[in-house]
Amino acid sequence: MPGLIGKKIGMTSIYDANGKMIPCTIVETGPCVVTQIKTEDVDGYSSVQLAFGEMKEKNLGQPLIGHVKKANTTPKRKFVEFDNDFSEAVNLGDSIAVDKVFVEGDFVDVVGTSKGKGFQGVVKRHGFGGVGQSTHGQHNRARHPGSIGAGSTPSRVFKGMRMAGRMGGTRTKIQNLRVVKVDAAKNLLLLKGAVPGHKNSFVIIEK
Amino acid sequence: MDIVSYVQDQYITKKDVPEFSSGDTITVYYQIREGEKVRTQFFRGIVLQRRGAGATETFTIRKMSGNVGVERIFPINSPSIERIEVNKKGSVRRARIFYQRERTGKSARIRERRG
Repeated sequence: MPGLIGKKIGMTSIYDANGKMIPCTIVETGPCVVTQIKTEDVDGYSSVQLAFGEMKEKNLGQPLIGHVKKANTTPKRKFVEFDNDFSEAVNLGDSIAVDKVFVEGDFVDVVGTSKGKGFQGVVKRHGFGGVGQSTHGQHNRARHPGSIGAGSTPSRVFKGMRMAGRMGGTRTKIQNLRVVKVDAAKNLLLLKGAVPGHKNSFVIIEK
Repeated sequence: MDIVSYVQDQYITKKDVPEFSSGDTITVYYQIREGEKVRTQFFRGIVLQRRGAGATETFTIRKMSGNVGVERIFPINSPSIERIEVNKKGSVRRARIFYQRERTGKSARIRERRG
């Protein structure tokens, strides 16, 4: 899949041609620089590595400074590989703008790191129902998980039993978001609905 | 918020709406699409609140339909709003007059603001 790296800006809503309100996420994408082209012969598989996000040279390690120098570009924050099936052929050092990859009406998948929710119980974390009653003997267990297994057999708790714990802050993909608008002047993409992550976090948009 | 306001300026056409606030009685003329046909309906009631800022601001208005209270929320810049008429300026002390929902009859009256 071809795609681009972007930065989540925030949400707003705009109106479509029928006057319907569409909730939109604004993502700043591109121009992404091609920093490496991997080929079947050399690397065993073919892909394109793109880079996005400016940073100071003193904050980047020597190996990566050499890597971006090869592509004749400035130090970058984020490097991601995509399949090499962009509509136009790409060369090392090219910068790919948002309107070269996406058009209005496309459906895209967005990958990001979800917002960290901290230590959460089973009702929020796994969608358990809780007890659902406040009478009939219940007094302190409305959001508890209930039984986590039988007694004598198996006399242990199965691995992978869903329990309370850390939630969020993981790689999350949202599929089939519609591209509502492509703004080439400001390198913006308006996607219908929400995307994972907090504001100013990096997201990967795949076509 | 710089880019967000740029997107709102670019893709939302701002409407010229008269000034109104909570407690005012207004009439909203809005379009209803039924298949191909477009007709205009109006909704007249008391403004309970204005909410949000900028291009995505909305307002809530409430009217009594017989004995039942009906509330509608409109986005201020919605393209389906044709025009808004301010019928009466009400004098209230709050920006959000949700207490109006519990009131009927004499206590539901709102004093008119002069000048």
